[in-house]
Formats: sequence, structure tokens, C-alpha cells
Amino acid sequence: MISYRLRRKLLNLLMTLGMLTATLLVLTPLGLIFFHILKMGFSSINLDFFTQIPKPPGEAGGGMANGIVGSGLLIATASLIGLPLGIFGAVYLSEYGSSRFSSLIRFSADVLSGIPSIITGMVVYGLLVVPMKGFSALAGALALALIMLPIVLRTTEEQLKMVPMTLREASLALGVPLWRTTLKVTLKSALKGIITGVLLAVARVAGETAPLLFTALGNMFWSHKLNEPIAALPLQIFNFAISPYDDWHRLAWGGALVLVTLMFTLSLLARWFGRTR
Amino acid sequence: MSEATTDAKIRLDRLNVHFGANHAVKEVTMAMASNSVTAIIGPSGCGKSTVLRSINRMHDLTPGARVNGSVLLDGEDIYRKECDPVTMRRRVGMVFQKPNPFPAMSIYDNVIAGYRLNGRGRRSEMDALVEQCLQRVSLWDEVKERLHVNAMQLSGGQQQRLCIARTIAVMPEVILMDEPCSALDPISTLKVEELIDELKEKYTIVIVTHNMQQAARVSDTTAFFYLGELIEMGDTKKIFTNPEKRQTEDYITGRFG
Amino acid sequence: MPRPSHAERPVIFLPPRWNIKRGLNGDFLFKGVTVLFAISILGILLLMAVSMYRQSLPSIHTSGWSFIPGKEWDPVGGTFGALPYIYGSLVSSLLSLALATPLSIATALFITEVANRRVGGMIAALVELLAAIPSVIYGLWGVLVMAPWLQRTVEPFLNDHLGFLPFFSGPPYGVSMLAAVLILMIMIVPIITSITKEVLLAIPDSQREAAVALGATRWEMIRMAVLPYGRSGILGAVILGLGRAIGETMAVTMVIGNTPKISLSLLDPAYTMPSVIANEFAEASSDLHAAALMEIGLLLLVVTLIINSLARLLLWGVNRPTGGQA
Repeated sequence: MISYRLRRKLLNLLMTLGMLTATLLVLTPLGLIFFHILKMGFSSINLDFFTQIPKPPGEAGGGMANGIVGSGLLIATASLIGLPLGIFGAVYLSEYGSSRFSSLIRFSADVLSGIPSIITGMVVYGLLVVPMKGFSALAGALALALIMLPIVLRTTEEQLKMVPMTLREASLALGVPLWRTTLKVTLKSALKGIITGVLLAVARVAGETAPLLFTALGNMFWSHKLNEPIAALPLQIFNFAISPYDDWHRLAWGGALVLVTLMFTLSLLARWFGRTR
Repeated sequence: MSEATTDAKIRLDRLNVHFGANHAVKEVTMAMASNSVTAIIGPSGCGKSTVLRSINRMHDLTPGARVNGSVLLDGEDIYRKECDPVTMRRRVGMVFQKPNPFPAMSIYDNVIAGYRLNGRGRRSEMDALVEQCLQRVSLWDEVKERLHVNAMQLSGGQQQRLCIARTIAVMPEVILMDEPCSALDPISTLKVEELIDELKEKYTIVIVTHNMQQAARVSDTTAFFYLGELIEMGDTKKIFTNPEKRQTEDYITGRFG
Repeated sequence: MPRPSHAERPVIFLPPRWNIKRGLNGDFLFKGVTVLFAISILGILLLMAVSMYRQSLPSIHTSGWSFIPGKEWDPVGGTFGALPYIYGSLVSSLLSLALATPLSIATALFITEVANRRVGGMIAALVELLAAIPSVIYGLWGVLVMAPWLQRTVEPFLNDHLGFLPFFSGPPYGVSMLAAVLILMIMIVPIITSITKEVLLAIPDSQREAAVALGATRWEMIRMAVLPYGRSGILGAVILGLGRAIGETMAVTMVIGNTPKISLSLLDPAYTMPSVIANEFAEASSDLHAAALMEIGLLLLVVTLIINSLARLLLWGVNRPTGGQA
């Protein structure tokens, strides 16, 4: 009996240690990745990085300014397409939807968010690139918008559901039509939560690379036209990382530092908005 | 029936429980005799469940809970350093407010769950134990045909009796019951009350209840708590007919609480 | 809300018919717009499937069923067999899942059952951070840091000591199936961990108390009450991780070596379905080549649709009993 008790205690200790070890193992790559990004990134970032376009291989210096601007343009355009769709789709789910149809939409959104993003890129290629006879920033933005859509939809719906019914009733009782109530009362009181969701969605697509491969394509030069191929930070990181040139590797690390800083800032902002609800 | 009793199974000595800044139980000293039923009554939030849960160190699981003072089980403090709470809890079983059978297990496996922790017995031994425990909670006849179906198929009252069977299968000395009937219908409540009466032959029972009739029906001793303090404790009949303290009388006659 | 109500006040005094009519029209329009937007999600999903199917038709007609078991991929000669990519996808994702699952569940258990609230919250936040890192950055780190390290130390070591096994034979390239498995593992661990953590947090404390009151140690409580209660949710989390691993493109493309060869050795380079699309689609040499890549995409889409539906159904099943009992 006593030996059995000891065995049980020992097993408990062993398993607890195992869980601790697993946790440390899981966090190790995080530490390593951040260490390398900081170490390699800071040494390659300077003013040129933010003002110059990449130099041809073999020439030192150059920057990723066109990629940063291109990413900004892509994200902004994607938001213009994806946010209204997601937010008003969510309004339907939380304010009007019958439970059956809403479940179907919700399920579709969840499934859509699990589709590999490279497939989204292929679909947009067939939808926009082939008819327009060329890669374009617009196609890239559409692909990113399709990735944002389910995220924005689901988070917005969660937020709208948290708005108390009494608030809506108070407005309706004053004779305000339902649609104005939804716009001015329901959406307004859920605004901070919705912003959190939007920021998280933007953070997610800011780092997406695969859907841009056959849509925005990338560009070594400046471009700000929606109907032409455009540079994007993640695409540049990809192309430079797999190139054999040390100078380009350095640029890729710099780009990684910028991208990670951006995502970090966005998720901190999202947290801040989420907290002061 | 007071602290002077020498055959006290459980003795609380200046017990204090804090949850963060909230002082939930204040300087409680009381004793429970062997093979008796002690009822703890009082208005909601008076600390009665907190007292009960300190008797088998359930607060160990609650973040921010602090327990001071001592709880003596057969004269030994369960809060002393060398005491292993895991072993101690096999001597002090507990039945909860809501029936909580393990939903992934069959009726049979639920009963035997605690027993199995100390090694697998022989099949025939376990079968006998399951039958014996289910008999004792008078559930055997209702479930003997379907011992291996999922426990969640039982009704609420049956589930609670299953939980009691699961508790006694470990062969504890003390059974703590935290409002065991509050989620049950009147008929199931009656069955559980009858069961408590039978169980006290072998076990020391401490029951928290918000139902004063229940306390009067099942207990030998009653303790009245108010705002975390033990106001009065004594023979159940005396507490309900001739309490010493004003607060007790007010509560029992329904003037507050 | 004093301001909106003040602004609306005149409406109350208008003739009722006018008010109702205006309200109805506005509501009808508004509702119409939201319905349209909601349906668009469903539409997009269908559109994706249809468009992928139609664009892969040339390849489906040309190659027929031999597309899947075919081992040869020759864009110039016009022969397309997808087996090396299917094999690479299956092996890399299943192996990474096998490594990630125990690590993730153990980490989630550590967060919810062992660590105190502050430490657990901190670890959970770090895990979320890990999940937010873009895959191209994992790839960058994988190809410039991890692969050279594998080539210098790990792969020679494995080859020296376990080289008699077919899994560890051959020269160390660095970029290899092993690298892909490891980078995928690092990437899916945070996903499985954070969903498992949510599943575990949804388990009512009464279950844990029941086990502890029976005299269970912490590990026995986990085995008796926590894991069985959460099993379908945890399975959902693992399957979601599988879906993510199969569809992962950038990081794998950067470290797997991109060689369409079926080899048992983990030290050899390989290729996956998303990787071949990423590498060849923009510069497809012929319409048939593009259609063949589309067909690989279609296969990928079907597989991920099935996997994700399954995972979501399992995860939806979890929340219901908890909500009902709480």
C-alpha cells in the first residue's frame, strides 16, 4: 500500500515535470527566433532601409521602402473591401439571422478561415489576374480581403452579441427605426471590440505571403498603381531569404524586424482596445 | 456536546479563511463527534460552505485562498506540513452541490473511479464493491441492468446518489456534503435524506444546507453561522426549539436570511 | 445615449404612417445589404470550389485518375503525376503533428492545471505571440538559421548513429524533410496549444473537485476528469493543427528543398503540394501545367475542407455541454 502511494506520487511528480519541460520546449523557438530577428535585424536597419528600394544583388545597401509602402497600400485596399463585408455580415448574423441560416454562415466562415491562403491566391488569379491580363495590386488586395473577411465577421459578431438587449430596446422605444438603432446604438457601443477584431485581422494579413505570389506578384521598383504588380514586405522577405546573396539576406532580416514590430504593435493596440471596454 | 468532547472525530481550532482581502471565516472553533450528523446552517454567504471545504483542504485548488488555524482529524492537524492532502482526502470524502459524475465514464466506472486509484483489484472484488455501494445508496435495483451505460443517462437524483456511492467506495471515515439536495426534486431529496440517516452508522457526516427543515430532520447537532462566525452550536432539537442567541432565533423563525 | 435620442425626437411627432413607411424602407434596405454581405461568405466558398474545379478541368481530362498515383512530374514533356507532392505533404504534416500533439497538450495542461494564474497567463500570451508570427518569418529563420544548424550538427549525428535505418540515410543537406517537419511542428504547436487551453478552461471546476475529493493526485485528476471531459475538443484542436500543417506554404517551401522525389529518408529534400504551387504557378510553362497545379490546389482544397469541417464540428460539440451545465 505504501509503495503504491509512493508510485502515485512519483508519477505525479514525473508528469508535472514533463508538462514543465514541454512548456519550455515550446517557448524555446520563440526565444531563438526573436533573438535572431533582433540581432540580425537591428544591424541591417538604417535610414536607407526605409527610404531606398532594393539594390541589385552584389551591391551593398538599399532598402525595402517600396515593399513597406506597397504593403500599406495592399492592406488599406483590402480593408476597404473586407471590413464592410465582414462587419455588416456580422450585423446580419447577430441582429437578423434565423438560427439555421446563421449557423451555416458561421460554419462557412470558420471553414473559409481554415483554407490554405495559397488557394485563395489561386482563386483570385483565376478571378482577376486572368481577365485583367496581368498581375495587379488590386488582385493582391482582394486575396487579402478574402482572408480578413471571416476573421472580422466572427469577432464582430461576438462583440455585437455582447451589447445588452435593453440598449437596443431603449432606442427602439424612442421610435428610432431598427436600422438606425443598429448603426447608432448597437454598432457604436460595440465599437472598441470591433476595432480589436479589425486590428487582429490586419495583423494577420500584414504577414501573409502565399496569397500575394500570383496576385500582387512583387516588384523591385516603386509602384503605387492598383492595376500593376506591386511590392510587398513579406514577398520581399521571401524572395531575399531564398536568394544566395548575403546582402539580400541582411535586407530580409531587416524586413522581418519591421514586420514583427508592426504585428507586435498591432496586437498590443488590439489588447489595449480590448481591455478598456 | 462541545469542545470538551474527547471522542471528537473532527475539531476545528480557531479556523480562519481568507479569499484575497475577504475574510470569509473568522476564528471558528467547533468539534464534530464520530458517527453523528452535524448540520451547518446560515444565510447565503455566511461561510458555511467555506468551513466545510476547509475540512478536506479543497481550498488548496482555489487561487488566492488562505487558511489559518487548524483542523484536527482524529487529533492530527490536516494542515500540518507532513500531511499529504491526497491521502487525507481518501479519509474525508465529499459530495457536492450539483451532481458531478464523470461524463465520459459508465455508471460502473464512476463508482469504482476513486477505488481504482490505489491499484486495480480483482474483477470479482470490484464487482462486489460496486454492487455493495450502489445497494447502500439504494440505486442498485434501478441500474443493475445497465451498469455499463453512460452515467449522464441517469436523472439528477440518481446522479447524486451515484456520486455518494462513488464517495463511499473509497471507504472514507468522514463524508462532507455541500447542499447535496439543492439541485434535486422533493422525492430524490427524501431518498438522500434517508440515506444520510443510514450512513451515519458507519461514517461521520457534516452537511451544509440552506434548508432548515432538512437540518432538523437529518442532523444530531446543528451549527449556526452568520457573517463568517460560528454563532451557536448544539443539539439540533435544542437549537430549533430553544436557541440561546437572538440571531439564531431570528434566523430560525424566518426574521432574516 | 442622450444625443441620438434627442436627434430622433422629431420623428416621434411626425404622422405615424410616414414614420412607419420611412422606417420600413430603411430597415428593408439595411437588412437587404446585411443579408447580401452574409451570403457573400457562402458565395465565396462555393465560388472557390467551382473556380478551382473549372480551372483544373484540362488536367483532369488529360491525366485522369493516373494524376494521383503518378510519380512523374514533367512540365516540358506534359506528364503530370502528383504523388511526390501528396507523399511529401502527408509525411511532413503527419510527422509534425505527431511531435506537436503531446507537446501542445502538455503545455496547455501546464497553463491551466499546474501554473498559477499569473504564470499561466504569461505563458499563454507568449504562445499567442508565437501563433501570430507570419509564416514567412518562420521560413526565414528556418532557412538561414535552423537548416544550416541541422546540416552541421543534427543530421550528421543522426546519420552517424542511426544511419542504418532508412529514415536517416544519405548526406546532410540541411534543407530537408526533417527541416520541414521541425518548422511545421514549431508553427502548429501554438495553434493546438491555445485551442486546447480554451477547451480545458471550459471544463467545469466541479469535475476537477470530484476527482480531487476522491483523493486523486494532480496527474490522476487530469487523467480522470480533465482529459476525458475535454477529449473531443482536444481532438478538434489537433485536427485543426493538421489542417494548418497541410496547407502551410511559405515556411515549408523555404526549408524542404523542393525536390519531387519519394524518399524514406528524412534527411533528403522533398516537396509538398502547396510548395509546388508556390514555386511553379506564376511561371507555368503551359496551360496544362497551370491546370495540373490547379488540380493539386483542388485536392488540397478538398482535403482541408474535410479536415476543417470535422474539426469545427468537434469543437462546436464541446461548447454545448459546458454551456448547458454551467
